[in-house]
Amino acid sequence: MSDATLQLYHRQGRRNALLVGVLGLAALAALLLDLVTGPAGLPLADTLRALAGGEVGRGTQVIVWEVRLPVACMALLVGAALALAGAEMQTVLENPLAEPFTLGVSSSAALGAAVAIVLGLTLPGLPAVWSVSGNAFLFALGALGLLQILGRIRGGGPEVLILFGVALNFTAAALLSLLQFVASADALQQLVFWTMGSLASAQWPGVMLIGVVLAVSVPFSFRAAWKLTALRLGEDQAKSFGVDVAGLRRWTLLRVSLLAASAVSMVGVIGFVGLAGPHIARMLVGENHRVFLPASILTGALVMSLASTLSKTLVPGVLLPVGLVTSLIGLPIFFALILRGRRR
Amino acid sequence: MQGLLAQGISVRYGARSVLAGLDLPLLRPGEVTVLAGPNAAGKSTLLRAIAQLQPHGGKVLLDGRDLAHVPMRDRARLVGFMPQSLPAGSSLVALESVIAALRAGETLGARQADAAAMAVLDKLGIGSLALEPLSALSGGQRQMVSLAQAIVRDPRLLLLDEPTSALDLARQVRLLSELRRLAGEGRIVVAVLHDLALAAQWADRIVLIHSGHTHAEGAPEQVLTPRLLAEVYGVEARVERCSRGRIMVLIDGEHAPA
Ligand SMILES: Nc1ncnc2c1ncn2[C@@H]1O[C@H](COP(=O)(O)OP(=O)(O)OP(=O)(O)O)[C@@H](O)[C@H]1O
Ligand SMILES: [Mg+2]
Repeated sequence: MSDATLQLYHRQGRRNALLVGVLGLAALAALLLDLVTGPAGLPLADTLRALAGGEVGRGTQVIVWEVRLPVACMALLVGAALALAGAEMQTVLENPLAEPFTLGVSSSAALGAAVAIVLGLTLPGLPAVWSVSGNAFLFALGALGLLQILGRIRGGGPEVLILFGVALNFTAAALLSLLQFVASADALQQLVFWTMGSLASAQWPGVMLIGVVLAVSVPFSFRAAWKLTALRLGEDQAKSFGVDVAGLRRWTLLRVSLLAASAVSMVGVIGFVGLAGPHIARMLVGENHRVFLPASILTGALVMSLASTLSKTLVPGVLLPVGLVTSLIGLPIFFALILRGRRR
Repeated sequence: MQGLLAQGISVRYGARSVLAGLDLPLLRPGEVTVLAGPNAAGKSTLLRAIAQLQPHGGKVLLDGRDLAHVPMRDRARLVGFMPQSLPAGSSLVALESVIAALRAGETLGARQADAAAMAVLDKLGIGSLALEPLSALSGGQRQMVSLAQAIVRDPRLLLLDEPTSALDLARQVRLLSELRRLAGEGRIVVAVLHDLALAAQWADRIVLIHSGHTHAEGAPEQVLTPRLLAEVYGVEARVERCSRGRIMVLIDGEHAPA
């Protein structure tokens, strides 16, 4: 009897691992699709040959390697980073609505970008192309630092952190509005584009940066998987299982804030992925973080990659801000999933 | 010195003092101790303080070691805690939740942990719930799973906060006889119970907690007296001795038939 149950449990485990694998393949397929679509109208064969390193014209070479590939990789990595950040935040803040926006990280990054765009203020020594991202990153880190300090003063419980985050959010949004109010028409245009989230300016160094941040933080996330799973049973339970809950919360928030800050500073404000990625993953594989975290990462990557393709093809000849696409296309899918989940 | 010694336990919530220097007698291995007392007396607070889940003053010594200074992981191996109320929301299945109780604190192989968790569920007679999501369990079923989470690390000290509050008659007996068995193997068992008849039947010792103090303690027949019950609960109770030395606590309410 118990052997049979264990076997069934292990079979479910294998099914979930398989699902994660399928999500990975789907994300790869979405990446390829993203690579072969674009306004340049390159023949499919040429694109593939350029990717494989074969002989193609100089123009094709540049479009594929310097425009499409960094953009497509950026989409994948940003989606992964935002969804991982959202998944861990939802667990450590014990709130299903938590995501990088909740703690004010995203809006602070937007404020930083606005300071660079509107006021022209930036870090000395930073190349001009990096001024916007650099400022955004700095402001996001500032918000995170402030949050850690405030949280420590008040004991760092989830409610306190969320309240601080919401306050930070409103403050940053108000200051952003102020900057928009005084901005020139030109700066305003640039700013609006940035706050809607855009992959258009993605370049290799940015891709590398976010790739490194992901590569460094993912192993820590996976190592904390059982601790995070235990936290789903309640704070007292996790503590009595031997989990240092306060430490886990602090350390996790630090990691995910870094992830969110680097993602947002590269591509601007992108909604929905950080919230819905984890929710979709949870519906697919459940809450055991050993599969839930990888599934969230891959769902985020998949959704963002598809959104990138759609942003190029939805309105022919127009590149929509990808943040708009994730919200507009993602939400109906999300609603459908929720309704389907209810009926089941 | 073997056993649990809690001395001078004090807990404040803000300006309000809930426990002000509460002492428990030495609780020995092999004994089942029941904490009883009115609502808001501080029983849960005391249990959480002993489990080091709650900042507190005073000393908690387990076999002579100060629990406050035992590293968290080692403490998890020594102390099992079952909370009064359980979060209902999780979609983890019962078996996973018990595996988490094993693997969150220490690095344990998957095979070993899975088998140990399954064995505990079977022992408690809830093996058939192993693959049910916690959110789909009834209140009593969830309480049994919570017990499994508390005992799966095979702790020396078991602290249970109203473990039978949601259980039916048969499962109350099942849980309490399991506690007796665990105590018989040399563990220290402390449970909060409101049901004094159950307490009288299963406890070696009852500690009456009243507004943050130990009001009385001793064997059931010493503690369950009309005088003490009147002092602590403010009710006029009759205590009847039934067959085989069992004790019944009866209250003749205003509306009880004559
Ligand atoms: N987190 C908290 N913040 C403030 N006061 C609290 C908190 N938890 C408990 N208290 C207070 O401490 C007192 C003791 O509560 P406790 O939960 O220990 O009582 P109890 O004896 O377990 O009661 P019950 O039988 O109802 O479970 C109560 O007056 C309660 O209001
Ligand atoms: Mg209580």
